Amino acid sequence: MAEVLVLVDHVDGTVRKTTHELLTIARRLGEPSAVFVGNGYDTAKESLATYGAVTVYQVTDPEVDQYLVAPKAEVLAQLVEQTSPAAVLIASSAEGKEIAARLAVKTSSGLITDAVDVQPGGSGPVTTQSVFAGSYTVEATVTTGTPIITVKPNSAAPEQAPTTPQEQAVEVTLSDAAKTARVTDRKPREKSGRPELTEAAIVVSGGRGTGGDFAAVEAFADALGAAVGASRAAVDAGWYPHANQVGQTGKTVSPQLYVAAGISGAIQHRAGMQTSKAIVAVNKDEEAPIFELVDFGVVGDLFAVLPAAAEAIEKHKA
Amino acid sequence: MKIVVCAKYVPDAQGDRSFSSDNTTDRQGADGLLSELDEYAVEEALKLVETADGEVVILTMGPDDAADAVRKSLQMGAHSGVHVLDDALHGSDAPATSLVLAKAVEKIGESGAVDLVVTGMASTDGSMSVVPAMLAERLGLPQVTYASELTVDGRTVTIRRDGDASTETIEASLPALVSVTDQINEPRYPSFKGIMAAKKKPVETWSVADLGVDASEVGLEAAWTRVAASTERPPREAGQVVADEGDGGAKLAEFLTGRKFV
Ligand SMILES: Cc1cc2nc3c(=O)[nH]c(=O)nc-3n(C[C@H](O)[C@H](O)[C@H](O)COP(=O)(O)OP(=O)(O)OC[C@H]3O[C@@H](n4cnc5c(N)ncnc54)[C@H](O)[C@@H]3O)c2cc1C
Ligand SMILES: Nc1ncnc2c1ncn2[C@@H]1O[C@H](COP(=O)(O)O)[C@@H](O)[C@H]1O
Repeated sequence: MAEVLVLVDHVDGTVRKTTHELLTIARRLGEPSAVFVGNGYDTAKESLATYGAVTVYQVTDPEVDQYLVAPKAEVLAQLVEQTSPAAVLIASSAEGKEIAARLAVKTSSGLITDAVDVQPGGSGPVTTQSVFAGSYTVEATVTTGTPIITVKPNSAAPEQAPTTPQEQAVEVTLSDAAKTARVTDRKPREKSGRPELTEAAIVVSGGRGTGGDFAAVEAFADALGAAVGASRAAVDAGWYPHANQVGQTGKTVSPQLYVAAGISGAIQHRAGMQTSKAIVAVNKDEEAPIFELVDFGVVGDLFAVLPAAAEAIEKHKA
Repeated sequence: MKIVVCAKYVPDAQGDRSFSSDNTTDRQGADGLLSELDEYAVEEALKLVETADGEVVILTMGPDDAADAVRKSLQMGAHSGVHVLDDALHGSDAPATSLVLAKAVEKIGESGAVDLVVTGMASTDGSMSVVPAMLAERLGLPQVTYASELTVDGRTVTIRRDGDASTETIEASLPALVSVTDQINEPRYPSFKGIMAAKKKPVETWSVADLGVDASEVGLEAAWTRVAASTERPPREAGQVVADEGDGGAKLAEFLTGRKFV
């Protein structure tokens, strides 16, 4: 069975849930091989084995992390050359898409980004994408080279398939061209203690309607064990970090439940949340376009509705 | 300093966007405009040449109407434009687009070396965010992308990149390729003077043959991926909307527990 390369998305060896999803998808298409680049393999090892990596290619060359994107694309190009995989799967993060882009050019291969589903097909994987702010669904295949596919978080339910991976250290010789954009400083983002925005099952977002006070949004999110997001209006006003922005120029989320509080529902915001399974909105204005999307909506003041709902939820849990 | 800004003409996101019968983006039916995210690229380039001498060349690839994207950029203050216009380009995918843009950047460089190529972070229609990385790969330039802050000091470009897990500082030597986010600046509106001045600014129109690219390397037929089907998503079923009469919170909680979100 042909290998399917999965680039492991991790922070110092802590493997992200998206990687488990990719390994699960890879198993539909062939034999999953994880490509681990950077420090912390010992931390990652068990989780990769649990989710079915039959082979792990390890690249520990410290130089790979000192430069932006290009070295990882070179590593993958080398492995594609060596293993002629059935596909390469990469998480659809900003960096993931850039790695995929360079790999596609290097290997003259078709690239599909932001897949929300990948299934085996007669002539290679068939992907499903959601485009134009979620108003269209597109099925596509790669016709040239090795299918290179970036997959959005929450596109598959991770399934365990324990293995004892065969580990292979990979020697890479980076070209000078890969070493031109140096990372001179890296400040890890502060942890909020809440779930990761793109991976969370529930996301509660606040917008301009919060007036800058996110306490009600955060308390409601905590009652549901949710991640907190924000509209660009809230981010631009400096009320919440840009890393939490949902939308076209922020993160795309696709949780089981998305709650928009004090958010009008502009097209650019929708682009980041429209594929959520269930949508709830709280907004003072009954004409707000967000209500066109909702499964459940409350026309009202978020400062009254959210605390009351949080209290009722806490009571229900008790 | 010579800066090339890649600016794309896109269907207006506020209008209804759709697919043509050949499964390519319908660029005829919808009104178009300069991609809003590329305005940030134009603005950043203009700011750079205000402090250090230089010129800004706008590069666009697209149908007839894409000339509007060039014109708007010239009105903002860019110095000249190049429009790659060729029927063969219809349906080009990202690898083909990046090939054409790369060749055009090289050709622009024939009349004086290019120091910086600036792009937006994504086009508002395709939104793949892959053309900048592909351009860097093809041109062999340092890839300095997703800049939320940018400085050029001598021959060194430095940016702040807000990555997924960390905020990074990236540094490279010129020439380089930079993509900018919507956090980086506030794009200017064309002034009346700018609108008048733009009428006299030079715009060249190039075909793919002018770039030494074979027509068989671009367009729908040459694409490395194929769209098998595109379907309009059925509109969401109208949900339940209640007015808060003191019980909105309780009703919301009831909905959430009913759907097992609690
Ligand atoms: C190129 C580009 C990219 C963009 N990218 C993004 C993006 O990634 N993400 C994004 O979100 N936006 C993005 N935008 C901006 C987008 O167009 C909207 O401006 C933005 O989403 C509006 O945010 P908002 O809904 O919070 O604010 P508003 O549109 O001002 O809406 C605020 C809402 O809060 C309601 N409200 C006020 N007070 C209360 C209260 N006490 N209780 C309940 N409701 C209340 C109001 O009725 C209103 O509906 C982008 C725009 C452009 C041009
Ligand atoms: N046809 C085009 N003409 C000019 N620039 C383009 C074109 N397509 C993409 N770009 C540039 O590449 C960036 C990212 O585009 P994309 O990869 O399509 O999301 C855009 O913001 C533009 O700067």
